[in-house]
Amino acid sequence: MIQLKVNGKVQQFDGDPEMPLLWYLRDELQYTGTKYGCGQGLCGACTVHLNGKAVRSCQTTLKAAANQNITTIEGLSATANHPVQQAWREHNVPQCGYCQSGQIMQAASLLKEKPKPTDADIDAAMKGNICRCGTYQRIRAAIKQASGQKAALQPVAKGGK
Amino acid sequence: MQKIEFVPRRTFLAHLVSSSAFVIGARAGALDFNGATTAELVSAADKAAWNPNVYLGIEPDGKVILIMHRSEMGTGSRSVLPVVLAEELDADWKRVTLEQAIGDPKYGSQNTDGSCSIRDFYDTFREAGATARIMLERAAAAKWGVPTGECKAQNHFVVHKSGKKLGFGELAALAKQQPVPKKEELKFKSSAEYRYVGKELPTLDRDSLTNGKGIFGIDATMPGMVHASIERSPVFGGKLKSFDDKDAKAVKGVLQTVTIPDLKGPTMFQPLGGVAVIANSTWAAAKGREKLKVEWSASPNASYDSAKYKQSLLETVRKPQKVVRNVGDVDAEFAKGGKTHEAEYYLPHLSHAPMEPVAAVAEYKDGKVVCHANTQNPQAVQDTVAQALGIDKKNVECHVTLLGGGFGRKSKPDYVAEAALLSKAVGKPVKVTWSREDDIRFDYYHTVAAMYMKAAIGANGKPTAWLQRVAYPSIGTTFNPAATHAEPFEMMMGWNDVPFDIPHHRAENGPAKNHVRIGWLRSVANIYQAFAVHSFVDELANLAKRDSVEYLLDVLGQPRVIALGKDYINHGKTQEQYPVDTARMRNVIQLAAEKSGWANKKPTKGRALGIAAHRSFLTYVAVVTEVEVDDKGKIRIPRMDIAVDAGTIINPDRVKSQFEGAGVFGTSIALMSEITAKNGEIQQSNFHDYQVARMNEAPMIVNVHIIPSSAPPAGVGEPGVPPVMPAITNAIAAATGRRIRELPIKRQLA
Repeated sequence: MIQLKVNGKVQQFDGDPEMPLLWYLRDELQYTGTKYGCGQGLCGACTVHLNGKAVRSCQTTLKAAANQNITTIEGLSATANHPVQQAWREHNVPQCGYCQSGQIMQAASLLKEKPKPTDADIDAAMKGNICRCGTYQRIRAAIKQASGQKAALQPVAKGGK
Repeated sequence: MQKIEFVPRRTFLAHLVSSSAFVIGARAGALDFNGATTAELVSAADKAAWNPNVYLGIEPDGKVILIMHRSEMGTGSRSVLPVVLAEELDADWKRVTLEQAIGDPKYGSQNTDGSCSIRDFYDTFREAGATARIMLERAAAAKWGVPTGECKAQNHFVVHKSGKKLGFGELAALAKQQPVPKKEELKFKSSAEYRYVGKELPTLDRDSLTNGKGIFGIDATMPGMVHASIERSPVFGGKLKSFDDKDAKAVKGVLQTVTIPDLKGPTMFQPLGGVAVIANSTWAAAKGREKLKVEWSASPNASYDSAKYKQSLLETVRKPQKVVRNVGDVDAEFAKGGKTHEAEYYLPHLSHAPMEPVAAVAEYKDGKVVCHANTQNPQAVQDTVAQALGIDKKNVECHVTLLGGGFGRKSKPDYVAEAALLSKAVGKPVKVTWSREDDIRFDYYHTVAAMYMKAAIGANGKPTAWLQRVAYPSIGTTFNPAATHAEPFEMMMGWNDVPFDIPHHRAENGPAKNHVRIGWLRSVANIYQAFAVHSFVDELANLAKRDSVEYLLDVLGQPRVIALGKDYINHGKTQEQYPVDTARMRNVIQLAAEKSGWANKKPTKGRALGIAAHRSFLTYVAVVTEVEVDDKGKIRIPRMDIAVDAGTIINPDRVKSQFEGAGVFGTSIALMSEITAKNGEIQQSNFHDYQVARMNEAPMIVNVHIIPSSAPPAGVGEPGVPPVMPAITNAIAAATGRRIRELPIKRQLA
């Protein structure tokens, strides 16, 4: 029996300990905000936090997640108002949106480590997260904004619907 | 045979909006196509107190329900097209709710493809909104006993000139009884009256796409569903010979295996066939599949080798081929023996690789299928599933989820038919999730192409004759295995519409056979055709030692409309309404040059600007890109400036985002993406060997400059892509003197 905490809730699992955390989150706990993209740690769509640090859930087995604290996009903020999420909305970052959970989790982890990241820091931290729609420049601007730095791009969408 | 739908169903639209039977016509359509309409097949708009047309319902409490019949794959169409209707209705956008339509022909084409959601439905949605607005105004006038002319809809109310007002909800029941205005009675808002059109409204899905709650195809579930992972022939056309599933069935969670029949006849959107492992989780299905032992029969495509095939395509374009456009006499001009220039270009197969692979869940029960899929075309799902299961398509109910990218892949619903066939076999709802490896290895590939170009050089380095020849396996082969040459819709994509002012000009197209499934990918044939044309014109500029922008404008000639004849299909639009207008092309070139600082940024060693300009999907686009190449041949793109004339714009922010994305998509094609085959097998399988641009490789910034226009709306999702690749290689030529004629660039500069 494996015990782990997901978004603050204790969960127990007695299946294949080699199963990637990704499929446990999605198929068993229905935290479907965490996405499958490659299954090989190549694209970042499945990024979650393990003890507050970004990891690829497709490369993290249940065995490795045992007794750890896991946070998914659903648990990043109770009100979905993490500064990164706010900045993402203000810059209208998502196009299809599929990779954005992973992007947001990666960016939140980066800002924890480096509250004022440079462009080079952002490249280094975010290059593992592919966005096929090509929202990179807005991601960069949103990260700058969330870190209180001047972004090259102005937000476009402050208002609500 | 199923035809590819690049031409909108104009007859349907004409029927829907042109007659006074607007309301009745649309409702009758629902009955015609659905037979006995069941409760599930009725949309919230259909059920509303007043349902003036298939896209709109108004409830007594003032709730306005809009039905979105196009798929959302990131272009923003779901958030943009409904604004057009709400604007003409003069509804309060905050009181509008949106429902995603299921597949149903009553909505007109739902094939979200070809950059046409706005341009093909703009008039329909305006007319739908204006019609309902007039009926609301008539209802208020009847209630108050005043002339209709004294009543005006304003932000969800009808207001009388005396100041009294009634809400849309209060008027709905009475509006329903009003005569439906004829098309000529419709009055549209002036742009000065717009509340929403032209504003940068946030997308409707902004919250659900940043909090993890948005439901994509891969997230869709049905009660009691099981999961499938399917092993397919590694060579296209290979048939199942035998398989051993003993070890697969021994995997914990695996329930059974099911054979999907081999593909027969034209490829179309049929499943490829194979062996499916059914399990109680995605993971168990994948693990079980790894343990399958499958033997495939030899396929006629087993000799396919993309390196050899490239040579055969190049040989084809070195010889005269079918003429698809001819102006003047190219041969006579070449025969004069003056200076000429020749070049060959080659672009490989590409895979769509949307971040979300294709996925669907389907349940077959009592002769009917209900499915949820990340599809660009729920009507094609109905057709394909019906054909695969031998049922009537009205018995296929297709719900459309959000799409994690599409780029054309998700208009082909083979995967939905897989889920439906498997559900029928196992008697439960079945979820099919393609792995990334499946996605890359079994795609409907963007085709491989070779181009040959030749010009006779006259005074001032300008071409007096221009010959362009291309060969590639056509998308037509997917529908007709005997197809040899390109389809007219492929030729229209930057091949038989080159707008240069050259007295002798001939375009040709040679035959080519396909060895994989061929599909359409964002901007389709423009990708290679525009690359050859816009690389070659820049080569001529370089030869003439002239400035690339100045030369391009010179070759484009004086502002004029180019008549291309009836063979030019212009995306199903008339050339009167959407002319090929070099004045608009000149405008975007000049704007991109100006905004990029072209005049003042002269090339230095390893750093230069490049330009390319192309009309596609009825939109004019010019790209100026800055490129840096270091000593090791590594390329960096600090900046791109894209000027766009897409006619009337609804939401400038979503237009900008599409062109920002096109800058990145085009960068992937230029720099790194490539699908190759050996012994008939695709050699790439995931993002390590099928590479796409990451943040550190993408342009640092893409500035999008929109030309204000009241011309009819044109495409936005695709036309940004084609000029990006030649703009990059033209910049590289300026920075290094090296001319890239084959994509991807990869290590060519090392």
